[in-house]
Amino acid sequence: MLVEGIKSRPVYRGLTIQPRARRHIFALEGEGAHALLDRKTELDETARSRSEILYLGRGSQGKGHDEALRKLGADMFFTAPTIATLLFRLKGTLATAHMGTRLYIAGTEGFIGQAMIVALDNGMDHASIITEHRGSLARRVQCVHCKGITEDVTHSPFACSHCSLPLLVRDHYSRRLGAFQGVNVDAEEPGSAPDPEELFL
Amino acid sequence: MAIAFKQETFRDDFSYRNSPENIRRFPFPFDRDEYMYSVNMEPHVKGQKGTVFESLIDVDEHYIAEMHDRALVLKEDPLRYQALPHMMTAQWDTLELLMEEQAAGYPEHFTLIRNGDQWRWINRPLGIDDTFTFGDRATLPYEPLEYITRQAQGDFCIVDQRDGNLWMDAGMVTTQADWSLDFDIGMNFMEWHGPVPLAHQMGVFERALKFLLNLQQGKPTRRFNWTMTINPRLDTSPENYPKWGPDRATVTPENVGDKVHLRVEVQTLWRLPRSNAILFVIRCYLMNMNELVTVPKWARRFPRVLRTLPPELIDYKGLTRYRETTMDWLSKYDDGAPTSPGTFPD
Repeated sequence: MLVEGIKSRPVYRGLTIQPRARRHIFALEGEGAHALLDRKTELDETARSRSEILYLGRGSQGKGHDEALRKLGADMFFTAPTIATLLFRLKGTLATAHMGTRLYIAGTEGFIGQAMIVALDNGMDHASIITEHRGSLARRVQCVHCKGITEDVTHSPFACSHCSLPLLVRDHYSRRLGAFQGVNVDAEEPGSAPDPEELFL
Repeated sequence: MAIAFKQETFRDDFSYRNSPENIRRFPFPFDRDEYMYSVNMEPHVKGQKGTVFESLIDVDEHYIAEMHDRALVLKEDPLRYQALPHMMTAQWDTLELLMEEQAAGYPEHFTLIRNGDQWRWINRPLGIDDTFTFGDRATLPYEPLEYITRQAQGDFCIVDQRDGNLWMDAGMVTTQADWSLDFDIGMNFMEWHGPVPLAHQMGVFERALKFLLNLQQGKPTRRFNWTMTINPRLDTSPENYPKWGPDRATVTPENVGDKVHLRVEVQTLWRLPRSNAILFVIRCYLMNMNELVTVPKWARRFPRVLRTLPPELIDYKGLTRYRETTMDWLSKYDDGAPTSPGTFPD
């Protein structure tokens, strides 16, 4: 389970298919594939004919779901090699989307955050986007000092991948950045950073 | 009476000091001898002469130096000013409010001449005399919010009201107590207060939000907040924490009086007329311990308050390294005598 009680962190309520939508777009990363596969009975023929699935195989349990997803018989199925390429494709889809389009995002929190940014940039209201967290608890973290983002952070403190400062991962999340906040842990006494702990596996 | 503006710095040699008159008008926030957590909102109405409530937007002897420091911060980090695109009406609302209040409170320093939508703004301390068209962004050198908050003391956030919540959608934040506008912009009221300890469980934010959603135009409200800062540094941003964090380890019994500062925020909230947004002004006042103990009542009360602070707040406010040293130093000035009620000097 994710850490509870972080006020700024979005709540991922789980994928529920909205039967009246005119178009369903599923952005699935790694184990996020299961979020849809577990609900395939909810996808009737009408819904399937209005569905577009974008999938990225990733993580130890998140690869190899291509066939199962393809067999759902969606109107369109696309596999991406990386998060960046999936997001690029998602941008294209949303740029021409119509009223009545529903976006579903499932996967790690970092992926959900990035896909959410694409949706927000295309004028979708964050409250209308349906999300489910699946897979690793790794965090996407922005260094508050150099503003660089480090992906897949499992330890705190960790070294910023841009400016190398040892960063404490705070329980404060920005939806706009799709990232947690990282703050220099030993600023008051440089060199005194505690040993990293594996907190977000 | 014209204010004698000081030439001073909030960085490097830290030459900032308060004059004796300015100490007397310092907004000391504690009305009793122990710490109490509360929403502590009160109507923002004019107060007596010789207090910071003499005018609703306070201008003091540090005005020019603070505006210079803000310009330096923005030069290094332009993201300290940000406004989301839908906030333009609220920006003009804010420009109007700050110009009117400054001109009303300090006519010898500021003049606003309105002729339809043709406005002329004269800011004598900063040597500005601009004519522009109200509502036309292209007639000002900056966006309206940036333009006017480069000429007003304090940090400024504009929060938009929608969906029964308040959203931090614009701001000028260069004198903050360790929070990042760049990180928090776009967040709602509960989200941007996420890291504050204790208050969520106490229901403080729910009550405060309910109150603010009903804030009326022409009836601004205010509250105090406080922390402590080592050296008179306005820019204690998380962005620059590696620059100011080490200061906290430099406090010794010999330098407490000069280095340790009480940092008080007078927060005022104003409903804006056109946008229905709320302007949130966070005005920061700094006073070192040598200055504080010149007022006997405050010298007695402040160590007593520090002694009763809950551990979560000591940590959240970042006082851990120097609270004991400061209390020890202050205790010389506390003879145990009772203090009078209220915050003002005797």
